Amino acid sequence: MVITPELIEDLENFAERIRNRVFAHVLKNNGGYLSQALSAGEIFAALYGAVLKLGPIEGSSLPTKFPGTPGPHNQAYISGARFNGAPSAERDRFLFSPAHYALVLYTALIEAGRLDPAALDQFNADGGTMEMIGAEHSPGVETTTGSLAQALSQASGIALARQMRGETGRTWVFMSDGEFQEGQTYEALQFAAYHRLAKLRAVVDANGQQCDGAMDDVMSIEPVVERVRAFGCEAVAVDGHDMAQLVAALEQPTKKPLIVIARTNPTHTLPLLAERSPVLHYLRFGSTAERERYQAVYDQQLVSV
Amino acid sequence: MELVSRPHLDNFINWCANRPEVLVLSADLTNSCEVGPWRDTYPDRFITAGMAEQNMLSVAGGLAREGFVPFIHTFAVFIYRRAYDQLAMSVAYPNLKVRLVGFLPGIVTPGGVTHQAIEDIAIMRATPNMTVVETGDATEVVSVLDAIEHVEGPVYVRMLRGEMPRLFDANEPMQLGQSRLLSEGDDVTVITAGITTEEALRATVALQAQGVGITHVHVSTHKPFGDPILDDAIRRTRHGVITMENHLITGGLGSAVAEYIATAGIGTQLVRLGLCDTYAHGASKAYLMKYYRLDAVALTQAVEQLLDRSFGISEQDLEAVRLDAVHSAAKAEAL
Repeated sequence: MVITPELIEDLENFAERIRNRVFAHVLKNNGGYLSQALSAGEIFAALYGAVLKLGPIEGSSLPTKFPGTPGPHNQAYISGARFNGAPSAERDRFLFSPAHYALVLYTALIEAGRLDPAALDQFNADGGTMEMIGAEHSPGVETTTGSLAQALSQASGIALARQMRGETGRTWVFMSDGEFQEGQTYEALQFAAYHRLAKLRAVVDANGQQCDGAMDDVMSIEPVVERVRAFGCEAVAVDGHDMAQLVAALEQPTKKPLIVIARTNPTHTLPLLAERSPVLHYLRFGSTAERERYQAVYDQQLVSV
Repeated sequence: MELVSRPHLDNFINWCANRPEVLVLSADLTNSCEVGPWRDTYPDRFITAGMAEQNMLSVAGGLAREGFVPFIHTFAVFIYRRAYDQLAMSVAYPNLKVRLVGFLPGIVTPGGVTHQAIEDIAIMRATPNMTVVETGDATEVVSVLDAIEHVEGPVYVRMLRGEMPRLFDANEPMQLGQSRLLSEGDDVTVITAGITTEEALRATVALQAQGVGITHVHVSTHKPFGDPILDDAIRRTRHGVITMENHLITGGLGSAVAEYIATAGIGTQLVRLGLCDTYAHGASKAYLMKYYRLDAVALTQAVEQLLDRSFGISEQDLEAVRLDAVHSAAKAEAL
């Protein structure tokens, strides 16, 4: 990929659109997973705007109704993977690990033209597939991953199968930094390194936040870059809000599984949210007055754009 | 009775010759699960996962999504105890064609509590999309591969290894969802699975010699549960049903029969033999079967209680029924 200034500018605008759309949605719904969009906007913009080599979406750009869970008696089941296009030997695959980033993923799909903007009205609605915590039937989701750390292992299985068949496409995972507290993550790194899964790549939104608050006050994962390297994978840390750095890191050649640690700020572009530190995982407005302060910031931002 | 040594070992190799989609995943128990020669025969299809079962279960899900059929081979406890969340979310929920071959069921191992799978059937039965089968002799160990081949979702196989009897004719393979009718009589119905069937056979032979009418059914499919042979066996008994299982009496065969009886509205008494709300410990299989009342003596006493009669059958009588002198001399397996 040729990384031009024009591409970077396009991707930066892509990231801003993700953040604005999520912000608007959170205001409308009186709360939501906002900090994840602030920290991961550039990551999703880079992935869906440039890095992922995906086929065109299969079928309608509108989400289906809840198709039931997979099983021997459910012939009508449809996976959310169709929004990422049909798999092929040359194309990339994308696994979405921290399923509570669903709103950010859906928004990225909308900005990438893969999901109808009207779909967001069905977010967290009964009987739909736009679930608050993405499920296998949710747009853009291919595997069940909300139980954290399982995606990297699943992706390792997929990447190993593709390697055995000599496929050239890459298998990507979007991860959160909290998953590096789970032992399974290190089992997966160990496995991927041992089996030389050179086409396995993960990008981590290292926003330093988890449900209880700042990760350093819950359970530190540092030095995470050195940890990943010690397990035999390639690791690099970049500024997750510096689009040029981020894209370059994601596209760097490597002979080992690659883990890109994107250092991000959970209140990026919205300093007001920092008032709620250290608990930023889920935003629920405490009062009408608080909501109005956020609305004012939103209105101001749109004017400045 | 014929004794067979390690029937899975060569059979599985031969079975896979024309099945390139089959992979074996192992977590450092390759020879212990009789797939060492399989690895040497098909090195490109053998995936070593190391002692990291959680990752292995999720990797199996990924491989299955790509069209491979992973056969996990490890001790049962490490499949359903150590890696249950991965089993449920990465394999069972998406209904993937993964074979979970679990060794050391119940108290067959001197390895003690850490190695003894005593609640596996309960947990696997409670797992949506999971098919659950158990092998009871060499014929079933060999034929289970064909029996489950066309199940497009995950299957848990409670597997035997090492030396084992051939209870069932080699020409009568395991059939998914089909029990085996081993004897018929109207006084008592005995339902067994796995290694308890051999024990029960000794008791039923002795009891039948005393004129007790016994219907004995061997179950190899725990889920889906129930078939016409079982239904008839449960309905025909005059005095009640006895289940005997190498497992806790909660959640396994005894519970499945209880659910069946209650759901079908059949009014009959049920006696469940098996581990009663207890863990076991490390000792020989013969000792543990006696200690935990999983042997022919326990079954004979249960029949006597149901019928409120005493037949004066001694432990020596039951030993005499034993058809396999070689087997009784078999040493407890090492790990």
